[in-house]
Amino acid sequence: MKRYPQLRMLATIALLLLLPFAVGTMGNAWVRILDFALLYIMLALGLNIVVGFAGLLDLGYIAFYGVGAYTYALLASPQFGVHWPVWLILPLCAAIAGLFGALLGAPTLRLRGDYLAIVTLGFGEIIRIFLNNLNSPVNITNGPQGIASIDPIAVAGVSLSRTLNVFGFEVHGLYLYYYLFAFVALLIVVVSARLQDSRIGRAWVAIREDEVAAKACGINTRNVKLLAFAMGASFGGVAGGLFAGFQGFVSPESFSLLESIMVLCMVVIGGMGHIGGVIFGGLLLAVMPEIFRYSAVPAQQALFGKVVIDPESLRMLLFGLALIVVMLYRPAGLWPEPRHRRELAGKKS
Amino acid sequence: MSCLLEARGISKQFGGVQALQDVSLTINHGEIYGLIGPNGAGKTTFFNVLTGLYARDAGEVSLDGKPLPLGKPHAISIAGFARTFQNIRLFANMTALENVMVGRHARTASGVIGAILRTAAARGEEQAIRRRAEELLHYVGIGDRTHDLARHLSYGDQRRLEIARALATEPRLLALDEPAAGMNASETAALRTLIEGLRADGITILLIEHDVKLVMGLCDRVAVLDYGRKIAEDVPEQVRRNPAVIEAYLGVGVGAA
Repeated sequence: MKRYPQLRMLATIALLLLLPFAVGTMGNAWVRILDFALLYIMLALGLNIVVGFAGLLDLGYIAFYGVGAYTYALLASPQFGVHWPVWLILPLCAAIAGLFGALLGAPTLRLRGDYLAIVTLGFGEIIRIFLNNLNSPVNITNGPQGIASIDPIAVAGVSLSRTLNVFGFEVHGLYLYYYLFAFVALLIVVVSARLQDSRIGRAWVAIREDEVAAKACGINTRNVKLLAFAMGASFGGVAGGLFAGFQGFVSPESFSLLESIMVLCMVVIGGMGHIGGVIFGGLLLAVMPEIFRYSAVPAQQALFGKVVIDPESLRMLLFGLALIVVMLYRPAGLWPEPRHRRELAGKKS
Repeated sequence: MSCLLEARGISKQFGGVQALQDVSLTINHGEIYGLIGPNGAGKTTFFNVLTGLYARDAGEVSLDGKPLPLGKPHAISIAGFARTFQNIRLFANMTALENVMVGRHARTASGVIGAILRTAAARGEEQAIRRRAEELLHYVGIGDRTHDLARHLSYGDQRRLEIARALATEPRLLALDEPAAGMNASETAALRTLIEGLRADGITILLIEHDVKLVMGLCDRVAVLDYGRKIAEDVPEQVRRNPAVIEAYLGVGVGAA
């Protein structure tokens, strides 16, 4: 398989194309879960640039998701009565979120580790609180009620939220969103991979490894760090825009601290700095809780004859336990970057 | 001989400690200039001030007549003044090759757009970076360790890798902070050959070193620091006989007491 990269690519694409139909046999709810998993993968890949590559711990990342979501919501809803097309809004989501990323980066340039984490956490909360309160004196975000009836995403004039009839074959809107999200996620994977193997990507890793030495190598650490914040944030912005169009509704409570931590867990559990690992982590943490939601009650009834612990608390309990186990036995993540393998591969060539 | 680096009246204070007091020196094009002194004399502090890691309290530094900026290590590296560190500072989880490739950062230009679109210019530059990094690894004698992680290299090889990374920035002045520290005799001899080769290739060298034999054998001129002051500056034979230097290293002689 390794010898035929084209074949591998074809197999991946075929798998991506068929996956929703395989999952869809269990019901459309699972296709929706898959759609959300793709959004989380985009977020995790964005955060991976900041945390994984540049080594800057960011606990407020979900703010950029929120910025992207509200950008879309304000530009394609009855809120202001504007209805821009999606191909115009999404780049704007990336740009505005990127700007916010640089805005967060600027005052935190001298901070590292715990201190940086605290400031970014505060930043995430500031954004959420702003979204919550910007309904007076001028109503911009509509406050805690959120913005509803957001235009669904339309590609080439075809709205993705309706069932599409392809040669007498009914394709549900969830599937259409899946293909759009998969396409954008793939784009983000390619951009991430190309950045990683570039002059900029090396500068990020150099800063992570030793900032003083990076400066001595002529790297302008201020600019390169800001670039990491902005790039990572722009991925989050795109994911946020897609989320707003997909849901048709946004409100501040979707962008809480817990979400930031969830995305960080995806990066850490998957394997910081390793694109494959981060995708795996995102998929795992987006899908596992849902599987659990459906199986916890029947499993307990079969075992004990009644529901002992309600599924929601059990979920958090097991999640915490899983985190501890991973940190103890696989501190580099479940699928870390196979550096040593790359070392060996380099030797052979 | 024309002067490459000129430092005038450098002072640096840490709280109540005067680490450097009015230190001035000039380094000429093409020479190997040694800086010695007992432990705690301020050698590394002086080094860090020169390379912009510490802000100086007073004084000026210029390279080739152009003043070096304050507190901007990357700008000083770009100006052509590279350094190594006393306690080796490599990018431990990157391969030897990648470490040297990072050193090319200052002399290359491709950015995010080039990287994402893989433009012809960006690809060409990437190849050139790789080629130059491989050459430099061979130059310092660790060409066979190209794809090993920096942290898996032996101590002597890590020192060499640091020099290769510094050379990748195309310095006119290379400052080495105790490069022979912890090396055995044969490693030190190899290092000496390497430094002599660097000079032959036109790079001026500032050497901080504890190994007096190495300094005396290698350097054209030597300055001696003691308690943050320069107490001597001369050719090695003269410095060796200088009573102030002997006093700094050995204490006051019996005859003088």
